Amino acid sequence: MASGIKDKVAIIGMGCSRFGERWGDSAEDLMVEAFTEALADAGIATADIGAAWLGTSYEEIGVGKSAIPLAAALRLPNLPVTRVENLCASGSEAVRGAAYAVAAGACDIALAMGVEKLKDTGYGGLPVRTRGSFNDLWMPSMSAPGLFAQLASAYAAKHGTDPRDLKRAMAHVSVKSHRNGALNEKAHLRRAITEEQVLNAPTVAEPLGVFDCCGVSDGAACAIVTTPEIAARLGKSPIVTIKAMQIAASDGSEMSHTRWDGTSVANTRIAAARAFDEASVRDPAREIGAIEVHDCFSITELVTMEDLGFSKEGRAVQDILDGRYDHDGAVPCQIDGGLKCFGHPIGASGIRMLYELYLQINGRAGKRQLPDLRLGLTHNLGGAPMSNVASVNIIGRLE
Amino acid sequence: MTSDTTILPSVGITGYGAWIPRRRIGRKTIAGAHAWFNAALMGGARGRRAQASWDEDSITMAVAAARGALAGSDPARVSSLWLASTTLPFLDRQNATLVAEACGLLPAVRTLDLTGSLRAGTGALLSGLLDAGLPEGRTAIHVAADTRRAKPASPDELAFGHGAAAITLGREGIIARLLGWCSESDDLVDHYRAAGQEHDYRWEERWARDEGMVRRAPSIVRALLDDVGMAPSGIARVIVPAATAGDAQRVAKVCGLAPERVTDPLADGCGQTGAAHPLLLLARSLEDAAPGERILLLGFGQGCDALLFETTEAIREYRPAAPVSAALASGWDDDNYMRFLAFEGTIALEAGIRAEADLKTAHSVAYRSHAAVTGLQAGRCSVCGTVQFPPDRVCVNRDCGAIDRMEPYRLADRTARVVSFTSDVLAYHPDPPSRYGMVEFDGGGRLLVEFTEWERAELAVGAAARLVFRIKDYDRTRGFRRYFWKAVPA
Repeated sequence: MASGIKDKVAIIGMGCSRFGERWGDSAEDLMVEAFTEALADAGIATADIGAAWLGTSYEEIGVGKSAIPLAAALRLPNLPVTRVENLCASGSEAVRGAAYAVAAGACDIALAMGVEKLKDTGYGGLPVRTRGSFNDLWMPSMSAPGLFAQLASAYAAKHGTDPRDLKRAMAHVSVKSHRNGALNEKAHLRRAITEEQVLNAPTVAEPLGVFDCCGVSDGAACAIVTTPEIAARLGKSPIVTIKAMQIAASDGSEMSHTRWDGTSVANTRIAAARAFDEASVRDPAREIGAIEVHDCFSITELVTMEDLGFSKEGRAVQDILDGRYDHDGAVPCQIDGGLKCFGHPIGASGIRMLYELYLQINGRAGKRQLPDLRLGLTHNLGGAPMSNVASVNIIGRLE
Repeated sequence: MTSDTTILPSVGITGYGAWIPRRRIGRKTIAGAHAWFNAALMGGARGRRAQASWDEDSITMAVAAARGALAGSDPARVSSLWLASTTLPFLDRQNATLVAEACGLLPAVRTLDLTGSLRAGTGALLSGLLDAGLPEGRTAIHVAADTRRAKPASPDELAFGHGAAAITLGREGIIARLLGWCSESDDLVDHYRAAGQEHDYRWEERWARDEGMVRRAPSIVRALLDDVGMAPSGIARVIVPAATAGDAQRVAKVCGLAPERVTDPLADGCGQTGAAHPLLLLARSLEDAAPGERILLLGFGQGCDALLFETTEAIREYRPAAPVSAALASGWDDDNYMRFLAFEGTIALEAGIRAEADLKTAHSVAYRSHAAVTGLQAGRCSVCGTVQFPPDRVCVNRDCGAIDRMEPYRLADRTARVVSFTSDVLAYHPDPPSRYGMVEFDGGGRLLVEFTEWERAELAVGAAARLVFRIKDYDRTRGFRRYFWKAVPA
């Protein structure tokens, strides 16, 4: 039985660029911005880093292939660098590589960088790209909102939810994230909105309107990890350690087998169960103080509350409307504004989620600070409900 | 030449199917848009014509008609499929092969494209009837389809319609037998479409009618009737594939045939469907015909084909799965002339940057997967019975996981139910929004699929849907188009 990664790896430095439409900056500029902050936070020099991972998804419009763009931008002295790509979970994948290297003893200090430069495509939303030469022969012309919007149709049918209630709960998700994001100086979208604005916004993919969709942003986020021993030697207090780091990927079941009913993200459930086990979390809602989930669309956040087990099956609509996931609710969710408002530079998002929890645990979240956060969870999802990679990480204080 | 009545073929018509695109536009709408330019068009602007949707062409319409004609029959018994059209999407890539595979026919089928004239439809049918190579117990299917484009403000724009018809032939279960035929070749160029040209060039309509049909038809009909020893009064139904009922009746009249016996040329609700029109009207006539009726079928185009049929007792029991009347009745009005022009390919709308995606086809991949893509063959695990699309090598059922135990399993003819859906205005689509979702098939298997013809049906979880073969997308850079299956809500 594997012993897992709990408390074997500490996060000693993190950085995150301002997210948004960074017209004047390149992907390399954004990486340097995040790296500078992380390096200063860690209190180490570039020469102390033993290996690095780069997570980026749309390399064709950004940095190009390989991890060399990371090594070159940061002038990493001929380090072993690796580029990873797992759709929107690429950032979490980069952290996994770095953390596992430290846990394995392959290096003392490792760096994970996630970056995406989406505003060099010429249009709003995500760029269209091939799904592979075979899939392109048969898959419909689809968009990310359309793929996730289908959750709403199946969810409402299964639970007999009044579409108006579902739409209101989805609106509440966005209103809450805008309220939180307005307090975040690095966030892409910083204006509070009302439920009426969300409900009256133009449709993107039924039933999702413009305000049900996250920002499409430029940005980079960076994490520096090491062993708890080195973290202690560097004088870190509290020491923030990784408690669980799990990824689950589709095996084709959702796409090709009738087992999945289209109302949830199966891999989120699997990754969450594994993560709670690895972190020895018995009662997630009580033990975990804040969550950063993959709210690419309001409906995604809604079903994620059930997939992670924070809401009972069919109860997410009511829990959301009751404020359970608001900043002052039982389980604060997207306290930094989430993908919705902080923004969603694909490769950076998984690391950005960890960045917020890291700040919160260290008591450095400014106006957003939650009281005494000890354990937080990130949920980073790549792909679409019918084919995806779900990452669930838990970090917290080393007790 | 005329038939040798002493050796009439033992092959006869055994069934039929038809497809008329659902979208109908009022001719007054078309003529009204041109009133500033050519007010005279309004004079002949009556009724509605059918137009292929953006995702239909002569191949997809042929598939729809052929599937209707073959409904319920064993695909292994079909030995040939011939496709007649003047609007085949490919000049060099056999179109009939694609139609055959989409219809679920086996590779051991004789396929052929026939083109070059509006007479291709009757020519194909006659050749098929005279084809002594059809073995006993086997079926030959002859499909004709046309999607002729017309210049805006031309009389053709009003007269044309899009449609397809399929006729099955065999030696058993014959519902109509060929009594005789007469054929004449004559290079009368009332209109033509040169290679590489989008539209027809047309000589004066009155000349085409009077010289092309009215003057030619009587001698041919007389020769045929003399040949079989029948008086004009013995003919119960006369099929003249003219654009209007008036023209059709005029031709009948000069041939000594009663005008009231002329089959309605479907000017209202369809329009003149080119090479498909004689077969479409034949299918329409057979629908109403009683046993023992004689039906005269004429086809024009650089000459004339005249075929004389007699229905048999078997027609009493024959129930068509896709009759013309159903195709006519299932149309809907879309009086949007700009959409009409966009679907005709006459105007190019700014489709936005998402339409710039390169849709290059990897032909080696397409060939490896043609059974799945064209034939909608899923895999059925021979160990656990799980049906799966795409048909991968390892069974998707995680309680099974058998490797290389898949059997081909066609999903196209099975009823599906909607699991999830959306209506997407962001993704590029020639007729937005893009509607797609997951459907699940009776008997197992699921498919992430585009919906088409959803305009008149409410999409809902659990709603029934059936699969149709349609154009998936166009690679305009390379002049290629791809086909796949779409779901139509019931």
